Amino acid sequence: MDELTHPDHHPGSLLSVQHLSLSEVARILASTTRIAALAPAERAKLLAGRRIALLFYESSTRTRTSFELAAKSLGATTTLVSDKSSSIEKGESLKDTGLTLRALGAEAIILRHPSSGAAALLARATGLPVLNAGDGMHEHPSQALLDLRTLLTRLALDPGTAHAGSLSGVTVVITGDIRHSRVARSNAMLLPRLGARVILCGPEPLLSEDALGLHPGEGPCLEIERDFDRALATAAQQTPAVMMLRIQKERLAGLELDLACYIANYQLTEDRLAAHAPNALVLHPGPMIRGLEIQGEVADSPQSAIEDQVRHGLAVRTALLARALGVTA
Amino acid sequence: MIEQNTPDLLITNGHLLDPVSQPEPAPRDLLLRDGRIHAIDAPGAFTALEIKNVVDATGLLVAPGLIDVHVHLREPGQTWKETIATGTRAAAAGGYTTVVAMPNTIPVNDSVETMEWMLSPDRDPQVHLLAMPAATQGSLGERLTDYAALAAAGAVGFTDDGKPVLEDRVMRSALVAAARLGLPISQHAEDTHITGGCSMHAGPVAFRLGLRGMTIEAESNIVERDIQLLRDIEQKDHLRPHLHVQHVSTAKALAAIRLAKQQGLHVTCEAAPHHFTLTDQAVSGEAADPTFCRNTPYNTNAKMNPPLRDEADRLAVVEALLDGTIDCIATDHAPHAAHEKEVEFERAPNGITGLETALGLAFRILHQRHGLPLARVLALLSSHPAQLLKLDGRGTLTPGAHADLVLFDPAAEWTYAAAQSLSKSKNSPFDLAPMLGRIHATLCAGRVVHRG
Repeated sequence: MDELTHPDHHPGSLLSVQHLSLSEVARILASTTRIAALAPAERAKLLAGRRIALLFYESSTRTRTSFELAAKSLGATTTLVSDKSSSIEKGESLKDTGLTLRALGAEAIILRHPSSGAAALLARATGLPVLNAGDGMHEHPSQALLDLRTLLTRLALDPGTAHAGSLSGVTVVITGDIRHSRVARSNAMLLPRLGARVILCGPEPLLSEDALGLHPGEGPCLEIERDFDRALATAAQQTPAVMMLRIQKERLAGLELDLACYIANYQLTEDRLAAHAPNALVLHPGPMIRGLEIQGEVADSPQSAIEDQVRHGLAVRTALLARALGVTA
Repeated sequence: MIEQNTPDLLITNGHLLDPVSQPEPAPRDLLLRDGRIHAIDAPGAFTALEIKNVVDATGLLVAPGLIDVHVHLREPGQTWKETIATGTRAAAAGGYTTVVAMPNTIPVNDSVETMEWMLSPDRDPQVHLLAMPAATQGSLGERLTDYAALAAAGAVGFTDDGKPVLEDRVMRSALVAAARLGLPISQHAEDTHITGGCSMHAGPVAFRLGLRGMTIEAESNIVERDIQLLRDIEQKDHLRPHLHVQHVSTAKALAAIRLAKQQGLHVTCEAAPHHFTLTDQAVSGEAADPTFCRNTPYNTNAKMNPPLRDEADRLAVVEALLDGTIDCIATDHAPHAAHEKEVEFERAPNGITGLETALGLAFRILHQRHGLPLARVLALLSSHPAQLLKLDGRGTLTPGAHADLVLFDPAAEWTYAAAQSLSKSKNSPFDLAPMLGRIHATLCAGRVVHRG
């Protein structure tokens, strides 16, 4: 599959990992490496004087800060509009907010929004490059790209390119509230295309069979394994990685899932890792609830790549911003 | 509509196609007088009368005007979306000569006063307007409205459309009260206990899009419950209640309806053109076949309730239209302003327009793709709805019947342009879709109400 054309939105947008051909993923990874290698002064020339708006309808630590620092490192001017301190509180629509930002000179908008499809709507309404920083339960494309770079780097694979066999031999277990997770969706749609075996793990109320539709295509398929230990053991047959997703206590209560039971079956603990996948790389998109989906000791262990993820997030987002504004490093 | 003092009108050189009396097209001239079909005869038979008003139907089929038992005209209260005048104007353009207005207006049509206001000639209806007032007060699902008074004022049925009548006890009372008057309860079958926050069909497409989905059972549970109530009422109350299931969209609900009909219960149902044409992939913008709906991700013009289902359900709807399980096509015409639909998918209101695309899609899909004879397609659009609502003298073109006709070219292929719609609202997924069958004229009570 070569370049995918999407006449509905600007080519600099990133709304969904599905819109990226493998060659485009490769270009983004290569660009990430090149920009990361530039001296700060050189980097700051790439988007000097360009204007980027961050439009965040949801709170965020790492994604927002990451995009903001990335933009500033490229020399761009940034402005943050949050729903709590803007006319959005007065009922202004997403479309009008976007058009206003465009009229104020924004050349690209980074959007985080609680509604699935909001990024597509903003892209259609404004014609600007829109970077989806998380739209409802739908996607978090930059997260999947930084997770990819983290996997490639930590597993001593080539992080500067991407092809159908890049993650061949790697099994990634994704565990947690997959039903409500945009991180799970983006990763489950991207990683198998690079040759990874992806195992989704969780109890039925948090993971239905419908999830298998995320990657119906050729190559290694998506699987569901409800027994976490078995999933880890299967992953350990190849090069294992485990991605933990945040669990919201309120969600468990709402779905009538017992918290203690959930923790017993699905928490990533030192013992569980040691027993079933001792060499597994551990990832978490953050924020994490230590003691709930993941044991603090595991998050702080040498096999944790959680801080790497944050670092790669900054790097990948600089490449995405340059791409958004049509600038090649 | 004024039926007296209309000059005689002659329709010549056309081919009559009447699903009831003339299912094979035959060359006929029709003489219309005083709002009725006065006479039908061989071509040229009326030449001696020297009628001045002549409509030349050369190359066209002449059929009974279409009847839509489910439209939202938004008046009173939401006239920025549509008015009775504009909605019926669109109806005429779609070949419709009778439409039944749903009661979810503001205020809800739950009183004789509101219904009479809606049905008043002051609203300037372009075609025959009928109404189904609310089954319960305010459509709140608790207390029945005054069925006898509403029936006397012209109600053709009762419905809380937009919402289900959910409580067993209330639905049972509604069926009983309506049965005593020989009228149907028209049910929007949705178990709202399990559809909260849902904006499309539950399945892999909804999962991929990160949207909460309505399950098949949300529809079929209510249909099965309602059918059970029919059985119970026939046994215990010795009445024959009529349940009409609106906009049926799932194989499971259709199976229950098919069985109930076989068992002799008085169930009827309707299907909307979008449910036999599109699937949930129209929402994702990843349909393998974008012929009828351009691929647009999170297309709010593909958002309606009940939602577009998967291919298996779509085919079940087609199958049920072919085998007679579905009695009629009803558009569920639901106009919304552009600004209301240009929002996040979850927040967009449900519904699409449908009056001007029903015939074109029915011919394209049911006739051309699935081989249903034209007369049968027309029956679904005219004679069956008339029979369902016991509309005497409508849905058929025999002497004495109302002069409600549609003249159309069954072979004409044309492209629908939503922007040209005569409705106030343009919220249709079928923009640029290929239609089959073009309307050249619509006549209501013997007067031309649309020229194509």
